[in-house]
Amino acid sequence: MSTIGALPPASPPRWPLRFGVGAASIAALFGLSLLLEGGLIEYVQRIILLAGINVILAVSLNLINGTTGQFSIGHAGFMAIGAYGSAFAGVHIAPLLAGVLGEGKLSDAVTFNLSLIIGAALAGLSGFGVGLPSLRLKGDYLAIVTLGFGEIIRISFNNATFLGAATGYFGNSPAGLPAYTSLFWVYLWVALVIIATWNVTFSQTGRSLLAIREDEIAAEAMATPTTRLKILAFSLSAAGAGIAGGLFAHMQAGIRPEDFRFEKSIDMIVMIIVGGLGSVSGAAIGGVFVAVSLELMRDLNQYRLVLYALLLVVIMLVRPEGVLGTRELPHLVTDFLRRRRQREAAP
Amino acid sequence: MLLELREVNKIFGGLHAVKGVSLHVEKGEIFGLIGPNGAGKTTIFNVITGVYHPDGGQVFFSGRDISGLSPARIAEGGIGRTFQNIRLFRSMTAEQNVMVAGHRLHRSGLASAVLRTKSHAEDERRLRERAQELLEALGLGKHATEAASSLPYGSQRRLEIARALMLSPELLLLDEPAAGMNSHEARDLERQIRWLARERGVTVVLVEHNMSVVMSVCDRVHVLDHGETIANGPPAQVKTDPKVLAAYLGQEVDAEKSTSEKSAAEEKAP
Amino acid sequence: MAELLQQIVNGLSLGSIYALIALGYTMVYGILKLINFAHGEVFMMGAYAGYFSASALGVQTYEASGAGFPLLLALAVLVVAMAASALLGVSIEALAYRPVRSAPRLTPLITAIGVSLFLQNAAMLLFTPNPRRYPAILAEVRFEVGGVILTNIKIAIFVVAMLLMLGLYMLVHRTWTGRAMRALSMNIDAARLMGIDVNQTIRATFAIGSSLAAAGGILYGLDQIMINPLMGVLTGLKAFVAAVLGGIGNIPGALIGGILIGLAEQLTAGYLSPDYRDAITFVILILVLLVKPEGLLGVVRQEKV
Repeated sequence: MSTIGALPPASPPRWPLRFGVGAASIAALFGLSLLLEGGLIEYVQRIILLAGINVILAVSLNLINGTTGQFSIGHAGFMAIGAYGSAFAGVHIAPLLAGVLGEGKLSDAVTFNLSLIIGAALAGLSGFGVGLPSLRLKGDYLAIVTLGFGEIIRISFNNATFLGAATGYFGNSPAGLPAYTSLFWVYLWVALVIIATWNVTFSQTGRSLLAIREDEIAAEAMATPTTRLKILAFSLSAAGAGIAGGLFAHMQAGIRPEDFRFEKSIDMIVMIIVGGLGSVSGAAIGGVFVAVSLELMRDLNQYRLVLYALLLVVIMLVRPEGVLGTRELPHLVTDFLRRRRQREAAP
Repeated sequence: MLLELREVNKIFGGLHAVKGVSLHVEKGEIFGLIGPNGAGKTTIFNVITGVYHPDGGQVFFSGRDISGLSPARIAEGGIGRTFQNIRLFRSMTAEQNVMVAGHRLHRSGLASAVLRTKSHAEDERRLRERAQELLEALGLGKHATEAASSLPYGSQRRLEIARALMLSPELLLLDEPAAGMNSHEARDLERQIRWLARERGVTVVLVEHNMSVVMSVCDRVHVLDHGETIANGPPAQVKTDPKVLAAYLGQEVDAEKSTSEKSAAEEKAP
Repeated sequence: MAELLQQIVNGLSLGSIYALIALGYTMVYGILKLINFAHGEVFMMGAYAGYFSASALGVQTYEASGAGFPLLLALAVLVVAMAASALLGVSIEALAYRPVRSAPRLTPLITAIGVSLFLQNAAMLLFTPNPRRYPAILAEVRFEVGGVILTNIKIAIFVVAMLLMLGLYMLVHRTWTGRAMRALSMNIDAARLMGIDVNQTIRATFAIGSSLAAAGGILYGLDQIMINPLMGVLTGLKAFVAAVLGGIGNIPGALIGGILIGLAEQLTAGYLSPDYRDAITFVILILVLLVKPEGLLGVVRQEKV
């Protein structure tokens, strides 16, 4: 049975309960992150960070490519805008906030998250700008135009001297960009993005997006504002990529246009294909998979990318619907448990 | 007059699919639109619902000119439809298919959805109840949580109707709703159409090839052939109109005549 | 004035190469509605096939001794490279595209991207990422006409491209295979019902498109001197834009599109800035898709509801 568009519970939890659970979760996450940072080597921590960033990328891209069925293959451009946007904003608002809040963890945290939001907003606006003219196109044509925009964005950064052009942007200090990104912040944002995307997907908006994917003409005939929704989904997914970009920027000394080539867009597509096009939990799985497998294959050096490409082709030939198809992991679990209870009840 | 078409034309490249068609539909009527294949019936539906823009002429709904509006606007304005080749959202359940059309009932916005507020939950509940009600009314109650693609053909057609009704339309366009139905199912459909018009106050326009359904259910019938109007009036009158007979049977009658002439000629030859 | 003519000459020869590659994209899309992302890599492989077969025929010795590479051997190199690429193209079709022909449109698109990446990285493994100098299969002869520098290579590019395209025209309009290709591009199911061997025709389309790309590869090598395993990425993309500009699926369109992109690129590099030579192609792509997606010679298709 399809679990797409499943309905939210009839009465949502009360707000005090939500705040309680939320605060407890954040505290638990913080505690866990401290533990892992103390116990794990840098190399493994980096993989976990990249996995989290990938999850944000995959879950965001899935909203437009999977749920809405409008294929964008230039999303690296939005990640770039988020990266550069948040890096630039961070560098410039840091001194202001330090002045107000004093130097230290609090000021850093506020600077970081503010810069992420700015980066995401810029990316979202660019998504709107790209989506508005492009989403009239269908299928292959849309894919190609998004590819074109992605490349234009990259080339623009390549020529932007105030952002370091091809050499890259390293901020104003000799040490490079401040290393704000940590396990805690990455996974906090992972949780926010997943919750937000999940709630959108399982709502009337999500249902409408799915309807657009299934049959746009029929959706229109049922009064669905298809153009508005497509652009909305596109902009939201761009903003998500922007957050990932900002997180990515602040775990490196600097960012270069080279980091956001077409190959990066392909990575994102591999993530959602592996997980299952249209599944939020699938996208998360795919994101982790790509981060981990790219690392595991690192030892294979030059063979790595050849195998990666071959993997992509084989998946398309053998199991194009990926691991979960359009189904969600939580629903599969609850369906399984329900069926088991039914079997036990009826002897 | 709920719906009026004035001299509507539609051209596709070299094909003049609809030639200056004018018709009107009164509120509460069950109006039939018939004609041989390729007569332009579905094209007219598509022009009314905004899928195509007319190349000439106008479409009026409740007195307002709706020619060239977008399909979503027209649907919002109170015109619902089904499709000749069923266009359900195949991987969604029957219930979800109907709920998609429930925009009018869903007042809370995206932010409410993301935050899962109480008003959002209430909207969803209201949508679900109404969808359930419509499914029951069309005999699909027990299929609510099944995937649309797994439903039998007749049920799929009825699901399309339920979905269109979710819009609370004043006017419902049904494109070959009886296609592929046996006579038992067709009788059920006739009952449902009459119920829609008499009990729910929905004006129905019906494109249909099944003549027994048309004759049984329609108050008036409009006949098209090759894009042009050839007859118009109550079913009994249209049924015996020679132009209508010629359009539907004409070719066969001529063919029969010519083969019988030919064999008669052959017999005479030495 | 001479400056302008120079840019135009350069643009025409560059554009001819784009046109040769664009033909492969447009023919395959016309029939399968598939963007053959791997076509750029077929172009690249063709160039390398030319490189290796010329080396096998001793082009380096000819170069060293100062004598020109014999025309006969040069033609042999062309034929070998075209044949090798044709084989590659047909293999890709059989292994990666045919199995997903009936899948939803997205699947073949992703598969094509995957094949493209595979070939790029395989080439980097096999041929090393280092750029190689292309052998003088055609020894360069420069001469000046009215302030414009012409080389026999630039002329050869234009001439060979035109000859090949003339050959293609003959094939498409005067042979059974060509007729079958045209039928398939209009209505693949009807063509099958009329008894046309669809698989064979598709194979032929890939073979022809790939061999033209190989010719483009060799000409590119002669013109640009350096080749590398990633040369197909950007050039392939530009050729694809050329096909879209002309009207994807339209063969004369590929020719016109190629020439126009070549000219646009050259003029931009000459008069605006060399930094923007790649960007202009993407700008053209976006303008075409947003203003007239069916291209210059393409026809708008109404969807039946």
